[in-house]
Amino acid sequence: MADLRTNFVGIKSPNPFWLASAPPTDKEVNVRRAFQAGWGGVVWKTLGSEGPPVVNVNGPRYGVVYGADRRVLGINNIELITDRPLEVNLREIKSVKRDYPDRALIISLMVPCDEDSWRDILARIEDTGADGVELNFGCPHGMAERGMGSAVGQVPEYIEMVTRWVKQYSRMPCIVKLTPNITDVRKPAEAAMRGGADAVSLINTVNSITSVDLDLFAPQPTIDGKGSHGGYCGPAVKPIALNMVAEIARNPETRGLPISGIGGITTWRDAAEFMALGAGSVQVCTAAMTYGFKVVQEMISGLRDYLDSHEMEMSDLIGRAVPNVTDWQYLNLNYVTKAVIDQDACIKCGRCYAACEDTSHQAIAMNPGRVFEVVEEECVACNLCIDVCPVEDCITMRELEIGELDKRTGEKRREYANWTTHPNNPMAKAAE
Amino acid sequence: MSQARLAPGVTPGRLTPEELALNFVDVAPPLDPHEARVAADRCYFCHDAPCITACPTSIDIPLFIRQIATGTPDAAAMTIFHANILGGMCARVCPTENLCEGSCVRMDAEGQPVEIGALQRYATDGLMAKPGHPFRRAEPTGKRIAVVGAGPAGLAAAHRLAAKGHDVVIFEARPKPGGLNEYGIASYKAVDGFAQAEVDWLMGIGGIEFRHDQRLGRDITLNGLRGEYDAVFLGMGLGGVNALRTDGEDRQHVSDAVAFIRDLRQADDLTALPVGRDVVVIGGGMTAVDAAVQSKLLGAENVTIVYRRDQSQMSASSHEQEHATSSGVRIICNAAPVAVHGNGSVVEVEFAYTQDGPDGLKLTEERFRLKADQLFRAIGQRLEDAPDGITLEGGKIAVDDYGRTSLDGVWAGGDCASGGDDLTVTAVAEGRDAAEDIDATLTGRPVEIPG
Repeated sequence: MADLRTNFVGIKSPNPFWLASAPPTDKEVNVRRAFQAGWGGVVWKTLGSEGPPVVNVNGPRYGVVYGADRRVLGINNIELITDRPLEVNLREIKSVKRDYPDRALIISLMVPCDEDSWRDILARIEDTGADGVELNFGCPHGMAERGMGSAVGQVPEYIEMVTRWVKQYSRMPCIVKLTPNITDVRKPAEAAMRGGADAVSLINTVNSITSVDLDLFAPQPTIDGKGSHGGYCGPAVKPIALNMVAEIARNPETRGLPISGIGGITTWRDAAEFMALGAGSVQVCTAAMTYGFKVVQEMISGLRDYLDSHEMEMSDLIGRAVPNVTDWQYLNLNYVTKAVIDQDACIKCGRCYAACEDTSHQAIAMNPGRVFEVVEEECVACNLCIDVCPVEDCITMRELEIGELDKRTGEKRREYANWTTHPNNPMAKAAE
Repeated sequence: MSQARLAPGVTPGRLTPEELALNFVDVAPPLDPHEARVAADRCYFCHDAPCITACPTSIDIPLFIRQIATGTPDAAAMTIFHANILGGMCARVCPTENLCEGSCVRMDAEGQPVEIGALQRYATDGLMAKPGHPFRRAEPTGKRIAVVGAGPAGLAAAHRLAAKGHDVVIFEARPKPGGLNEYGIASYKAVDGFAQAEVDWLMGIGGIEFRHDQRLGRDITLNGLRGEYDAVFLGMGLGGVNALRTDGEDRQHVSDAVAFIRDLRQADDLTALPVGRDVVVIGGGMTAVDAAVQSKLLGAENVTIVYRRDQSQMSASSHEQEHATSSGVRIICNAAPVAVHGNGSVVEVEFAYTQDGPDGLKLTEERFRLKADQLFRAIGQRLEDAPDGITLEGGKIAVDDYGRTSLDGVWAGGDCASGGDDLTVTAVAEGRDAAEDIDATLTGRPVEIPG
């Protein structure tokens, strides 16, 4: 059976599934329940400086985007860092870690952007027994207005500076959590690396307004008739997160920098995808907030099942897809596929037809008896028919053999060639 | 078991008022908003959806379900009513498993269709409960149209004609409008006086005058109507009931299932309604099932439907058949009555098993008898008193695709007209389409038939 024990930058946990720094990790009672349920680690909800804690709104903190049947696709929040006194959090962290020495316990931190503040907070957490720190340079709401969170994460120089302070004043492993609310995520990752970070974690939440109340004409969540943008998370942000993880994983400047993957991980499969793109551990929040802590048990059994059935260890999975992430210009333009509809599996809903006829390439014919057939002369293999088909594997793509006629272009399929050498490319280099 | 319950003969009060109230509740309770959302989420919004094709009134089902799913059930109701003004009743009585739901692609996918009927009821109930009427009449045309029969065909025709600005007078033979919706379907399918409430709501458009107790051939004549009105629509249904033509059919407590269903629907007090202890219903359609199930619900101990052909040929849908058997009704197939025995009242019915062959149905020598103190005929209805001079086809008024009869200025639709299944929804479609053709004929405006 696959071994899920994880050693991420020296932080050990029985499995790679950690709870992200968020409401589920704000208190001892929550974290103990998480560990009882089987979570491999937690990143304790962000601590601030000594002194009066921050305050939260007393109206709704979350907005939501639903799929069919009120399935939660995304949640945004306007909650700030922990609003409990520092000493209470430190006492609880120590107590939990003492009882769960095998689990990873990382403390998330966010203090003002000066050296004293960081030195002081690092001194305060020294004897909690925590395994590492995560620098919250990501929260996009509230704290950013005070010069913290994503306000730091959007300036690579600040990231480098603070990371350097943390490495200077603490022996703990340091994970820098990145905000997606930037143009090029490679820059802050490079800055963290220059500052001496042991790892990066990403993504934090995405700036968002989830919805507008059409009676109040205000963003949701609405506080007394007003709303402000929040941070978006959950399954809806996973594609954004996967891309950013991959960008860092394949960037020569940051190659080998450990990544803790975050962003909409809901099932073992999501976790495995992050790992394939280079994540050595994964962090989860929305799935736990939607379904409770027990979801980790499916993630553990699912990942183990997948690894066993593919005769892989976790180390075989981590980063395995990174070499296959490339730039568009290197994609094989001579790779030709055509949609094929399995008539036995087809339930004759006609969604493929409507999608293709109305919005694509008129490459599906609707024949008498609601028989839908691909017109290969028109099919550009865009995949939209597969995407909208309600029956899994009813429509598939068939790859043409080398030398086989593409009925659309009237040309035979040729060997690999990409845009860099394509005759239509004014910048084309001569084929070698 | 109580003495009253086991009393022999055809007697009232077999069950207590409480038991009866429980037995005659809504057979398919309405969806609540949450259930409707969940059910609506299952619709795939098919292209050129098979459910639309399967609906005789061509309701744009995927559109109205999407309108429910997006939180606008009143817009959904309008989508339905534009195609089918009696969408509320059709949601209750349509054999959806043979129509829209039977063609739902989810049947192929999972064997469970989208609950189209229930969703249609959800949408239409919601809008009908609001004050006022959602359609407005066009400018008056000055044309006057007579509609004979206030059943589904007549009502659908009248509403559409009124909407187009014509003045309509409905002549109805019975005291109340509604036709089979009011007199001819099981009461648990349309509880709480829905049939009358629906007619009242429909008449809310204005421009429709209702005259009751006006029977064609008795109180009014077709020639008289043709002389007085710009057009006539005939939708009087089938007034006659087919006889068994069996020895002893004239014995006491041998009666028409339609009359039993009518009396039950019109009864103020079900404890006063008599029913036999051993009831036999002959027939294989919806009327047979409605009579049999309601006999059981009234407290009959043994109820048997006997159908002369194979079960697969019963015109009652499989859903209806299951409803009957799960209500405790026994269904015997391939048997036909040969004699009604008894001394004054029916005591036993004698049947012969049948055999279907190339020369049609034949009786075999194999006989059996069923104990019966009440026997219902449910073997079909026929047109009674067809107006003179009108061409018939298969015993019904011959019509073309637009509902035109052989007489100038006379249209017909519903059960009394040829073509189409004898279903409420078919009658609505025929009434609606005839109204469009009448309007086009009288005004030269283009026909607007949804779907």
